[in-house]
Amino acid sequence: MEVNPELLFQGKIDAEVKIEPRDWMPPAYRKTLIRQISQHAHSEIVGMLPEGNWITRAPSLRRKAALLAKVQDEAGHGLYLYAACETLGVDRETLLNELHSGKAKYSSIFNYPTLTWADMGAIGWLVDGAAIMNQVPLCRASYGPYARAMVRVCKEESFHQRQGYEIMMTLTKGTEAQKRMAQDALDRWWWPSLMMFGPSDTDSPNSAQSMKWKIKRFSNDELRQRFVDYTVPQAEFIGLRVPDADLRWNEERQHYDFGAIDWEEFQQVLSGNGPCNRERLQARVDAHEQGAWVREAATAYAQKHQRQTV
Amino acid sequence: MWPLWEVFIRSKQGLDHKHVGSLHAADAQMAIEAARDVYTRRMEGVSIWVVESKYIHASNPDDSAAFFDPANDKVYRHPTFYQVPDEIEHM
Repeated sequence: MEVNPELLFQGKIDAEVKIEPRDWMPPAYRKTLIRQISQHAHSEIVGMLPEGNWITRAPSLRRKAALLAKVQDEAGHGLYLYAACETLGVDRETLLNELHSGKAKYSSIFNYPTLTWADMGAIGWLVDGAAIMNQVPLCRASYGPYARAMVRVCKEESFHQRQGYEIMMTLTKGTEAQKRMAQDALDRWWWPSLMMFGPSDTDSPNSAQSMKWKIKRFSNDELRQRFVDYTVPQAEFIGLRVPDADLRWNEERQHYDFGAIDWEEFQQVLSGNGPCNRERLQARVDAHEQGAWVREAATAYAQKHQRQTV
Repeated sequence: MWPLWEVFIRSKQGLDHKHVGSLHAADAQMAIEAARDVYTRRMEGVSIWVVESKYIHASNPDDSAAFFDPANDKVYRHPTFYQVPDEIEHM
């Protein structure tokens, strides 16, 4: 009797058996993973740009070394993820072309500008904090190579958040101007950070299927709520005010209630109209094109070397 | 595009090299150096192997039920298959 491969596949998922690259999988599962993992990889790569802006202007050698290490990690995370994505049968060139042509998406948060040094603090604390909240459950995603890549990413990323919080804490203990700078960074990064979790569950058409396939373990709204619950006390501890007039502890729910997210802004930034979309993409394309000679030289060197050893 | 390489890392002396992922590089030397930068930024390794992915041959997952079947019904290969009285120690 012929067994329905789709049922067999779902049976493995339900039994928490990981799916590996050469296993049979529904085409839609493969497609969803390629989209999600490549978006994730692109986000890591584009995510280096807002912080790259401050490496040469870090206020101390300690901060500079940390920021440089963080940006290097992001390059590494992009590579882990591209490699995981390639196990699904898509090649690197295709993925890069999709990013550079604007066809592929990356996290909309990286289309906001980094105006002051405090933004390095806010990004580490909030943006990496939100990313970690998303990524920890992905360590148990049903696709083996993705889950394994995420374990490495999560291990490395907790320093990113801590160094960001340390920057904010240091600023809030400084002069009035430094405190204002920290508050201003929180004011600008708070809402975009909440948007990082994606549309509300009611407007997230792919969520249910991703949950069934155990690519996703928690809904966007659940993770967003958890982020708010964790982060508000962290802000209070360093004397910063979360820019949300509707934010209050709900004793009954045992969660913070928070204000409405401006989804119109989210859609605008996602569709290319954020403050830095064009600049980010252009920087990526320029780096790729201006690096072409390096790739060609390495290929030529490898060929020459091979001829000599044969 | 440079060929794809599989990366294996020995995390410390005495342990096996273990597959950690893959990367693109022009040649083996570059693959090893890139593997160091990508996979051992925090002292995760003391030794790196790289193998061009096209040289990896693998069993077919579609056949794995039949392929691994010969080991499936040989419980007598395990120590717990044999009865030894409780009084007997060190065995």
